[in-house]
Amino acid sequence: MGIKVYGPAASTNVARVLVCLEEVGVEYELVPVDMPSGEHKRPEHLARNPFGQVPAFQDGDLMLSESRAIAKYILRKGGSQLLRECNLSESAMVDVWLEVEAAQFSSAMSPIIFQCFVIPVVMGGKPDMKVVEENLEKLKKALEVYEARLSKFKYLAGEFVSLADISHFPTAHYLLGSPHASAIDAYPHVKAWIADIMARPSVKKVRELMKMASA
Amino acid sequence: MSPVKVFGSAAFTNVARVLVCLEELGVEYEIVDVDFHAKEHKGPDHLARNPFGQVPAFQDGDLVLFESRAICRYVFRKYMATADGTSNLLRNGGDDLAESAALVDAWLDVEALQYEPAVHAVFVQHRVVPALGGTPDETVIAASVEKLRQVLEVYEARLAEYRYLAGGDRVSLADLNHFPYTYYFMTMPYASVFDSFPRVKAWWEELVARPAVQKVARMMADHSAG
Repeated sequence: MGIKVYGPAASTNVARVLVCLEEVGVEYELVPVDMPSGEHKRPEHLARNPFGQVPAFQDGDLMLSESRAIAKYILRKGGSQLLRECNLSESAMVDVWLEVEAAQFSSAMSPIIFQCFVIPVVMGGKPDMKVVEENLEKLKKALEVYEARLSKFKYLAGEFVSLADISHFPTAHYLLGSPHASAIDAYPHVKAWIADIMARPSVKKVRELMKMASA
Repeated sequence: MSPVKVFGSAAFTNVARVLVCLEELGVEYEIVDVDFHAKEHKGPDHLARNPFGQVPAFQDGDLVLFESRAICRYVFRKYMATADGTSNLLRNGGDDLAESAALVDAWLDVEALQYEPAVHAVFVQHRVVPALGGTPDETVIAASVEKLRQVLEVYEARLAEYRYLAGGDRVSLADLNHFPYTYYFMTMPYASVFDSFPRVKAWWEELVARPAVQKVARMMADHSAG
């Protein structure tokens, strides 16, 4: 049994896993989960992800949930340098900025993505602009910190690219495709860093999968 | 080796999270207080350590870190070697190291992304809002307790199958990371939500009985205003 990823490529958390598989060049099967019909809340999927979310991930007998944990597993097994676990200080910095990605960047972006993409496209409704504005403010506060960091270092964890950088790409993909993409214009180092990440072949490939899934 | 430094009071859950790790491994440390009332957390010295102006920050020699969960991982990676081998808390004890680490990572993220948001929301309404002169929003509390109940259902099923969250038969950082927020939550009236989950309660009692955890609980109690 090979590697299986369960969930739509358009999901930021699924995309995060896919980009790591592409980075290490491992074959995998992407198994669709029909979320609009509630497939992710039914027993078959719950057996793979007990929180009823995507992705779920399977490698042989191992079943995993939580995209960042899955990402690390894939990168370690694939011998990738994106975690720097051979170096105490470097791996610590990767961990720090991976936490920041979850706690500061994606936490502000998720409600924006939900309002600007999921509600209009999947639910046929209108975005709550108050929620969008509140979270854009949170995002900008985070971007100020990122700008200062990326003015000193080429990448978040230091002079080397890491999972901490790449982990941002799925939410950055949606930010760039939203009416609020210009929010990054005020942060030139952030803008350049995002462009750098988006230029990676693995990222380009997964962005195509994300677009196809949303079509 | 000079003691590591932890910036922030033990009363803060995220500071306590780091202290549990240091105590578990017997690492010498020094707590440096950050005076929130004097807005020291937003001053340049602290911002140089934690650019989001939060606690904890952490210093080990030249290395300065922030984000409590990242600090905890670093502490175990570096100081695990000096303990007696039973403190390998980034693994679940299984033979397959990749799988063992992945399961701990997964449940570490479950704590951060599923468990903590529900508990934190209750904590904010019940403790923080009144401290700032406001009235707790019971609707938010009810919704958060319900979310927590759903998470606890998953935990109950998991702990019926395994003694610890990451599987395996030994405690990991994934279990320990639950301590600080749950410690405060258990002092609130909503703690009764745990009563329907006997395996979770047993797991919690065992966690709280650990000497390192007991020590940090005392520090949290001593430093909380009450």
